[in-house]
Amino acid sequence: MSTFAEFLINGVSLGSIYALIALGFVVIFRATEVVNFAHASLLLAGGYVTAVLHDNLGFWFALLAGVAGAALVGAAVEFLVMRRHRGGDHSVLAIVTIGVDILLATELTRRIGTDILALGDPWGDGVVTFGPVTVAQTRIAALLAAALLITAFLLAFRYTSWGVAMRAAAENQETAALMGIRLGRVSLGAWAVAGALAAVAALFLTVFPTPGLERGTALAALKAFPAAILGGLDSTTGALVGGLLVGVTESLATGYQSDLAFLGRGIGDLAPYLVMVVVLLIRPAGLLGTKELARV
Amino acid sequence: MQGTEPALQVTDLTAGYGPVHALRRVSLTVPAGAVVTVLGGNGAGKSTLLRAVSRTLRFHGGAVVSGTVSCGGRPLDGLPPDRVVAAGVSQVPEGRQVFARMTVEDNLRAGALGRRADRAARAAALRRVHALFPVLADRARQPAGLLSGGEQQMLAVGRALMARPELLLLDEPSLGLAPLMAARIADAIREINGQGTAVLLVEQNAALALRLASRAYVLEVGEVTLAGPAAELAASDEVRRRYLGVVDEDAAADAARARTEHPALSRWDPAAPGPRPRDRRQETR
Ligand SMILES: Nc1ncnc2c1ncn2[C@@H]1O[C@H](COP(=O)(O)OP(=O)(O)OP(=O)(O)O)[C@@H](O)[C@H]1O
Ligand SMILES: [Mg+2]
Repeated sequence: MSTFAEFLINGVSLGSIYALIALGFVVIFRATEVVNFAHASLLLAGGYVTAVLHDNLGFWFALLAGVAGAALVGAAVEFLVMRRHRGGDHSVLAIVTIGVDILLATELTRRIGTDILALGDPWGDGVVTFGPVTVAQTRIAALLAAALLITAFLLAFRYTSWGVAMRAAAENQETAALMGIRLGRVSLGAWAVAGALAAVAALFLTVFPTPGLERGTALAALKAFPAAILGGLDSTTGALVGGLLVGVTESLATGYQSDLAFLGRGIGDLAPYLVMVVVLLIRPAGLLGTKELARV
Repeated sequence: MQGTEPALQVTDLTAGYGPVHALRRVSLTVPAGAVVTVLGGNGAGKSTLLRAVSRTLRFHGGAVVSGTVSCGGRPLDGLPPDRVVAAGVSQVPEGRQVFARMTVEDNLRAGALGRRADRAARAAALRRVHALFPVLADRARQPAGLLSGGEQQMLAVGRALMARPELLLLDEPSLGLAPLMAARIADAIREINGQGTAVLLVEQNAALALRLASRAYVLEVGEVTLAGPAAELAASDEVRRRYLGVVDEDAAADAARARTEHPALSRWDPAAPGPRPRDRRQETR
């Protein structure tokens, strides 16, 4: 029972990190209708900045720099690449993001090489014990940080002018423009926010029990794609539900790997994609994807 | 400046969608504080005209080719849409286009984003909209997509008013509304104008539009073919026949056609010859 509780807590923690990534992904999609295939590279960039700077700046400032750096990279991609093509075909833009991803990923893997970089976090491999249940401090920190950021984001999305502009642009670009909403700014903001969230996620994907930031970190980040898709691509709540579902499934599947041996090795890594396929078979628009809310 | 400069001055405007020229050398004036209407059938270029003013043609793959547009003496040519709103020109788009997934309240907030204002000015704008359309206050927390067509039109107008425009552009506000609701919208337009906002009203419902406006233009295949005081146009044979009389004639013709084609509709006359069974037989062959 206690191992199940541990798996569950770890799964929720992992899921909340996927949710952070998926949220950024969904924000870009809603603001611009572009599927951002460069998202994992944004994450890698944020993590890399933190890893490089933590020796000199100390962890917290390095984290801040990583967040700012990833937001800047996101904004730069929007400003230098996406803006040129705005109004173009969305599937073409999605392919453009693949190009951006290749560019960013190549440069970052060249810099990282075969190293495994530490991010200098203060938690190390410390654990917290609740009775029979033992959980790594990093998992608790991840859960709290994600919960805090997601709450702040959702409140801003709902109540601030930024959120209103964002939602209006997501529903109808032309009408939003008629309201005097600057679509360029909305899109720039979306990319920056997505970058910032991804940088925080980068931290928690690379701390204990993971050895550190490496080339493969981007692969771990990719699991947020099925989370966003099974949640329904254009739904912020869907991103959260999808993230948690993927995280918990992965954690349980990895934890009970030996009992699931008949499914083959590495079922934990596959689980997110299996969940996605199953969900999409039942609900093609994703769990919370758009059902048109309109009277005819 | 106000009172002397017209609220809107369009001069020799030519615009189109790629090779399609939807407007050819259109000139028109909305005097400060006036209601001016543009009449025209489907595809005449009415919406194109409004999009050229609000600078949103690019969303339809269109562009202004030549000509100028100015508002209160300030040129709007080449500005992005947000600067047009900031200059005091707000458009209510064809088909209302409320943000269906957002609440009524948030739709109104979105309308206020285009113009810098302090809290007090924003609250005053909201009070004005609520006074004009009380239903928007009652339904504040509902998703706009669940409002009726008439309520959505009210919301679309109210949303545009949140930017406190000096000139309001309305694209067929009576479209798809029952006569009673259309009349209520007309009352609202009169009241908005009474509060000092100039209005450019694009309509197919000529009877309604000519009652509201002081001046009218008739647009046909992208060109202004008639212009003058609304009362004069309302009295002219041309307009009566094409835009006012046409409704009755059409209705009469439709009714006659319906009687011969669908005799089932006129049950009180069972002796009438029925072409319908014959049609059926033809279909099965
Ligand atoms: N996106 C577009 N691409 C190409 N041509 C267009 C486009 N939109 C409109 N047109 C053409 O431009 C002309 C004017 O269209 P517009 O929509 O301005 O007419 P309208 O007077 O508003 O008609 P309605 O009363 O039906 O709304 C029409 O011939 C139409 O076919
Ligand atoms: Mg039109």
